[in-house]
Amino acid sequence: MDMTFTSPSLWPAMPEIFLLASVCAILVIDLFLPPRWRHLTYGLSLMALLVTAAMVLRLGQGLEEPQVTFSGMFVLDRLAVVLKSAALLVTGAVLLYGRDYLRERQLDQGEFYLLTLFSALGMMVLISAGHFITLYLGLELMSLSLYALVAFNREQSASSEAAMKYFVLGAIASGMLLYGMSILYGVTGSLEIETVASRIMEQPVGSLPLLLGMTFVVAAVAFKLGAVPFHNWLPDVYQGANTPVTLLVGSAPKLAAFAMVMRLLAQGMEGLAGDWRDLLMVMAVLSLALGSVVAIAQTNVKRLLAYSTIGHIGFLLLGVLAANPMGYAAALFYVLIYVLMALGAFGVLILLSQRGMEAETLDDLKGLNARSPWLAAVMALFMFSMAGVPPTAGFYAKLLVLDAVVDQGMGTLAIVAVLFAVISAFYYLRVVWQLYFEAPINGSAVVASADLRWLLIANGGLVLLLGILPDQLIRACLSAF
Amino acid sequence: MQGIYLTIVLAPLVAAVIVGLFGRQVGRTGAHTLTIAGVGGAFLLSLWVLKVHALDGAAPFNATLYTWGVVDGLRLEVGFLVDNLTALMMCVVTFVSLMVHIYTIGYMHEDDGYQRFFSYISLFTFAMLMLVMANNFLQLFFGWEAVGLVSYLLIGFWYTRPSAVFANMKAFLVNRVGDFGFLLGIAAILQYTGSLDYREVFAAAPTLQGQTLSVLPGASWSVLTVICLLLFVGAMGKSAQMPLHVWLPDSMEGPTPISALIHAATMVTAGIFMVARMSPLYELSETALNTILLIGSATAFFMGLLGIVQTDIKRVVAYSTLSQLGYMTVALGVSAYSAAVFHLMTHAFFKALLFLAAGSVIIAMHHEQDMRRMGGLWRYLPITYITCLIGALALIGFPGFSGFFSKDALIEAVAESHLPGAGIAHAAVLSGVFITAFYTFRLIFLVFHGPERFREAAGDSHAAHADHDAHDHHGVHEPHESPWVVTLPLILLAIPSIIIGAFTIEPMLFGDFFRGVIQVSHAHDVLGEMAEHFHGPWAFLLHGFQGPAVYLAFAGVASAAYVYLINPAVADFFAHRFALGRVVNWILLHKYGFDALYIQGFAAFGRGLGRYFWQRGDVDLIDGRLVNGTAQRVVAWAAKGRTLQSGYLYHYAFAMLIGLTAMLGWMLFIR
Repeated sequence: MDMTFTSPSLWPAMPEIFLLASVCAILVIDLFLPPRWRHLTYGLSLMALLVTAAMVLRLGQGLEEPQVTFSGMFVLDRLAVVLKSAALLVTGAVLLYGRDYLRERQLDQGEFYLLTLFSALGMMVLISAGHFITLYLGLELMSLSLYALVAFNREQSASSEAAMKYFVLGAIASGMLLYGMSILYGVTGSLEIETVASRIMEQPVGSLPLLLGMTFVVAAVAFKLGAVPFHNWLPDVYQGANTPVTLLVGSAPKLAAFAMVMRLLAQGMEGLAGDWRDLLMVMAVLSLALGSVVAIAQTNVKRLLAYSTIGHIGFLLLGVLAANPMGYAAALFYVLIYVLMALGAFGVLILLSQRGMEAETLDDLKGLNARSPWLAAVMALFMFSMAGVPPTAGFYAKLLVLDAVVDQGMGTLAIVAVLFAVISAFYYLRVVWQLYFEAPINGSAVVASADLRWLLIANGGLVLLLGILPDQLIRACLSAF
Repeated sequence: MQGIYLTIVLAPLVAAVIVGLFGRQVGRTGAHTLTIAGVGGAFLLSLWVLKVHALDGAAPFNATLYTWGVVDGLRLEVGFLVDNLTALMMCVVTFVSLMVHIYTIGYMHEDDGYQRFFSYISLFTFAMLMLVMANNFLQLFFGWEAVGLVSYLLIGFWYTRPSAVFANMKAFLVNRVGDFGFLLGIAAILQYTGSLDYREVFAAAPTLQGQTLSVLPGASWSVLTVICLLLFVGAMGKSAQMPLHVWLPDSMEGPTPISALIHAATMVTAGIFMVARMSPLYELSETALNTILLIGSATAFFMGLLGIVQTDIKRVVAYSTLSQLGYMTVALGVSAYSAAVFHLMTHAFFKALLFLAAGSVIIAMHHEQDMRRMGGLWRYLPITYITCLIGALALIGFPGFSGFFSKDALIEAVAESHLPGAGIAHAAVLSGVFITAFYTFRLIFLVFHGPERFREAAGDSHAAHADHDAHDHHGVHEPHESPWVVTLPLILLAIPSIIIGAFTIEPMLFGDFFRGVIQVSHAHDVLGEMAEHFHGPWAFLLHGFQGPAVYLAFAGVASAAYVYLINPAVADFFAHRFALGRVVNWILLHKYGFDALYIQGFAAFGRGLGRYFWQRGDVDLIDGRLVNGTAQRVVAWAAKGRTLQSGYLYHYAFAMLIGLTAMLGWMLFIR
């Protein structure tokens, strides 16, 4: 065995290292802060996220070939840059959106910020994983932080219940992932994703152990995404958690889950694409169907958005199962746009939850136009975008995915997807109807601090802008593969 | 020259756009100043263009200005063809339009839609110029539809009146029937010649002779005949030939200035212009010419009769327009295209004059249009009376007036023709002269002569609110002459109505004016035969007294005088006292039943069919079964689907495991 030790290059992992150092620092600082200084924790956390994002973007400049370090455990490629910077910025936006809500309910304790930062760190590690162990490490760091966050409001039994379900089901999924990985290790003799990929290519077609391992991994990935039939945790967690936590669970981790799909399926099991694409196809259709149909029966907006997420995941899977760079790029574009829309939609709900009241049901949205026209307009914009109406970004997201699917000769699948998109348009438009054509039940005006308002407007503006000028982002997505 | 042509076309458009979009900013004065400047400039330049082409003998201008697109070898272009015919039409259009613009200042000065109106009539001028200056069928069709659009907008100008909305809908629908044929004709031209350019189409036309196509199985028709007839269907719609004439009388719901401009002088003559322009095609199909001849004669005769029973002053003039359009169509049918265009020109002047004079009377009568409530107005409206009389004399073809030359030449041309239908046509146009004279002077006598019936009528209608209005103590307002902006156009139109015929008959009918523009095959050349006996306008005038037409016109005037001035009981006797009279009167009052057939027949059938498909197809099948049925099914699924989400952790874990097992089973056993 070669015993020479060469110190790994730390440079590609600099953002993660910085974030970890910041979290530790903030942890210590927060310990000594009196409660009225809590906004300092908030400010520092936001700062840490933004600086980390800046570092990621700086590293990504001019990045042509993937940089591998820590003996292949850590990969920095364009996909990682796009996903990490987006995840960090989105997490920052979550902190901003949630600040007033948490402060009003005295939930803005240091733990909230620290857990959020830890989950962000987990996402980064997961996104940059070049090795099954790093991937698992990142996944658990992210997930455990999220479980704790869901349970954060201890006094609410719904929160604890949701966290419990999330945790148990998550543990089962982790078990499946580990089991799948161990089978793959048994066949290929390696945990490094690139090596696993090349060894799989050497295996005979239809090797049973490989299929077995792959199926377990696919199931675990599907759980993280929330694809049917591994979706059950989603509505309960979305509803049970506090809205800012729901916002976090529903946004940035989807980017990490997408990275997991790319690292494990697209890169690690490229040779089995013909097999996993069939599984994904079934899950995609089931997700589209369940997401668009069952959402119609929901009266709770958070649950409604949970089912809507399941539907969107179906679309995302369509892009992935095209199993070529164009499809992956379409899926990446889709997940980025989806996160933007989810961010905005939950942001509106957070804004509406004022004076101790939670805005959760469709009734709370009634007549919003009369209470706050700009808020109603932004919400309507997000709904139109989710439904895929041009000229919003959601239209291009769906179009690219469908294009990739049709390009692979799966026209029937595209037609099925469009049919379900039509059905789902119903409940998005119903929300718009509530906003504009119903009388408000609670007539009080909506007050919002200026930075929040600007963030929401920028969020909406981005959804509109990317619907009119999507080229730049599409090109970035294409260059990631 | 190209710049000048463009200026002529664009000046009215620019004015229309500015006034239409910024009407509030430019104000009333700004609106009429701008549009009159635009149209006036176009008129002056058109005169210059006419001089260059007709007097200086410049070669026709034919060029493409802009290629809009090229589709599979088909060029879609904007281009101008300016020759003597175009130049003449440009002058007529811009002159009448200018007169109407000026007149409108007086006629519409109380109307809220003042700027809108000016914008529309300027836009119309642009569209009409595009139509007459086109050098290809696409642009012709553009102009054709654009004038139709403005006509639609202007008939419904007072859009709060149900009758106006009905009328513009009617005009729109009937014209759609015509346009359908027109478009098919253009499509046929494209299919058989591969081009939409006039020059190329005319060059290719002779090669189409002898080619046939079968529209219905078993019957093969000459391609050229089909093309010509389809194009003529378009002309029938626009130029209101039977049986597509029904929209024109109703179009009188629009303000009077546009009745003069669009529904008398210019737009309705677009069909005549188009056929004259297409003479190289029509000359090749005798069947088409015969059809045109018969339809024209029917229109000339039967529509003239209807003028006799109308009581609305504008409707009398409207039916007279229909009848005169029939005359022009007859001239087209006998290949006397020049005579048709000649009559088109003189008619534009005197008919615009008559309409504007009628409008002046309507202003004086406070928007009363029923002639039975007028009478004796000549002493109150001297200028209107004299100019209206001039228009009437021109219309009936009184010797020396412009209408005499054009109509007499036209009748003569029909007499010379050897087409099978020429005999009937000749009888129709000759008897039409009597009818024309009769209804025209019925109008003159009822409106300007006889007892002042408006005093009783006004007394009746004012009695109701006399208590409230001290001003009405004396019963009636004395009618008084209209302002100068109204009378000036009347005078300016009266001058060409008198003299233009004598000056232009020689070059237009027998000279070189239309050489190279209108093609007539030797066998059809009726005007050529007439030219041998033509020795100048004065001789033509004297020659007129040897034919029956002049005497028929005199007889018409005399009968009208007897019936409506001397012995009014006669009219009543003919209308009500004996069976035949009653039947004829009933038929005329019901306008031969065309309206009933269209409204209760075609329109009702169409609406019934539509309602059937709406109820059965849309409401029941599509809405009920497909849309609502799907929605109900989805809602039912949703209700079922949500029960899957039981809330129990072990259910969820179970679902995951089932899912995993199914996937494993699939991968391991089925693959």
